Amino acid sequence: MVALRVWLADPNPTSRRQARLGQVWLGWLRLRRNPLAMSGLVIVGLLLLVAALAPVLAPHDPLVQDLSRRLLPPLTPGNLLGTDDFGRDILSRVITGARITLYIVGLVALTAPFLGLLVGTVAGYFGGWTDAVLMRVTDIFLAFPRLILALALVAVLGPGIENAVLAIALTAWPPYARVARAETLTVRNSDYIAAVRLQGAGGARIILGHVVPTCLPSVIIRVTLDMAGVILIAAGLGFLGLGVRPPLPEWGLMISSGRKYLFEQWWVSTMPGLAIFVVSLGFNLLGDGLRDVLDPKSAPK
Amino acid sequence: MADIPQSGPRSRVPAIALRIVTEIATLAVTLLGLLLMTFLIGRVVPIDPVLSIVGERATTEQYDAVRLALGLDEPLWKQFAIYVGDALQGDLGTSIRTREPVLQEIARYFPATLELATLATLFGVIVGVPAGVLAATRPGSLADQVVRIVGLMGYSMPVFWLGLIGLLVFYGQLGWVGGPGRLDATYEMMLEFTIVQYTGMILIDTALNGEWAMFGNAFSHIVLPAGLLGYVSMAYISRMTRSFMMNELGQEYITTARVKGMPEWRVIWVHAMRNVAVPLITVIALSYAYLLEGSVLTETIFAWPGLGSYITNALFAADMPAVLGGTVVVGAVFVALNMASDILYRLVDPRAR
Repeated sequence: MVALRVWLADPNPTSRRQARLGQVWLGWLRLRRNPLAMSGLVIVGLLLLVAALAPVLAPHDPLVQDLSRRLLPPLTPGNLLGTDDFGRDILSRVITGARITLYIVGLVALTAPFLGLLVGTVAGYFGGWTDAVLMRVTDIFLAFPRLILALALVAVLGPGIENAVLAIALTAWPPYARVARAETLTVRNSDYIAAVRLQGAGGARIILGHVVPTCLPSVIIRVTLDMAGVILIAAGLGFLGLGVRPPLPEWGLMISSGRKYLFEQWWVSTMPGLAIFVVSLGFNLLGDGLRDVLDPKSAPK
Repeated sequence: MADIPQSGPRSRVPAIALRIVTEIATLAVTLLGLLLMTFLIGRVVPIDPVLSIVGERATTEQYDAVRLALGLDEPLWKQFAIYVGDALQGDLGTSIRTREPVLQEIARYFPATLELATLATLFGVIVGVPAGVLAATRPGSLADQVVRIVGLMGYSMPVFWLGLIGLLVFYGQLGWVGGPGRLDATYEMMLEFTIVQYTGMILIDTALNGEWAMFGNAFSHIVLPAGLLGYVSMAYISRMTRSFMMNELGQEYITTARVKGMPEWRVIWVHAMRNVAVPLITVIALSYAYLLEGSVLTETIFAWPGLGSYITNALFAADMPAVLGGTVVVGAVFVALNMASDILYRLVDPRAR
């Protein structure tokens, strides 16, 4: 362990890998000093853990109804967070809901940046008309309010978890395209790209092999910062009844089904909302800290 | 914005004029794209527009007649041309539920959203800007941390959930504010008969009519949703103010001003603020635009008869002309506000000219 640390912190790295890993290590040390970012990391880590172990952690089956035990308050023996209008255990449903949220977030995090990278790098690399047309399309998508565009898309595609993911991804890609284009413009005319081009590499090869890797770090930070927004939009779609179908325990859907009982049985809506809030706060804290580490300009002194 | 021509040192006015022309051309293309998108969504949506007008029991002849009247037998590009032509004349189609022109309906719903968004933005600016400045002048202090955490919480809050909690606590438990809707039911009746509606915004209309009891009631209804939306907008504004202000305070002219012995409040609020205000205009316009876009979820929670509820209710009634018309209006407002803030930015900041 100690030898590894010394190797990582070596001011005179002997190989490219050592230098790169050393930078990552220094970044981690800086991140570790930021208590807010670390709490974000802990929350995101917990979300992953809870989602992975959901069937083990959930004390009850999240779908089994028990009408004799409906709308029990929190701290009832056997139902720590109480039960909902069908007598289902809220804690188990919140735990299982972590899986659904992670599933949506994960799929969006894979698809939206991919689309954005493609559009942004192509626009930035080729320039001219390609750039003008692609960026105009990006602007048009940006001009639509995200939730309303997602609503209209779900209306076309029909409700359901996959369609919600598709609708969110189609509204989430434009910022990535902007970031990727800006990065591409800075490297487009650099010597190493010219060298590859002189060796006879085509546009696709240069973009995929040389431009995309350069854009990746900034896109990844953007993804972390965007995840909270994705969680909120997914929950909003669920709340409006346009996302995941009942009886699946999606958090937004759970809030909406508890709305009828708000004034008498407050916990039915409150608990899943708390879960959304905590998880999205976690992603925001982590993204904020990561940005501070990777962009020293914005770091608090 | 990428291909703005470089202006020479010749004269400044034509260059600005040229830019404004370019901006307007960009605006036109963006709006056309907006219409193309809603048009395509309207064509692929699995709801037959003819069937939703004539009903299930119509004869084939009736069906074909309506189909012809809607121009659905024309080639797609021609349908789009008709759609754009109609939209330019202010015809966004007819709502299937109410048989009223969509634009007319939207004009009735829009003031409610405008009132809510304006109040929320005011709150966001009045609280957010000083909070951001406070955080920027004492980086790392307790105040900075509090502003940062409160802001991040605003970013992470599911607004609809916060709205429900707010209703539960301030309306259900404490009874401090009015419940859902814009007015109590009794005042709702009065609104129809005793008030001259100048603007459709109840706070302004009641004040103009001198109906102060009703004004108070309207205020008690709007304060909670406006406060919640204002919180979210405040989170964004305070954060941006902080980062702009930090950036300015590191500049040399600030050091010069301090060395001259200028009082600190003057350094911050007069010298630095003048430069912070420039990018801040864009931020505030953007957050205003986001609130105007309907704040769909908040309006649903508070039964607020605004643009957001209009679009969602239309969606659930499968009233596609209303959904798409509403989307076009929202998109257009958004684009126009962006453009306005861009032009304002250029006028205020000499460096951007």
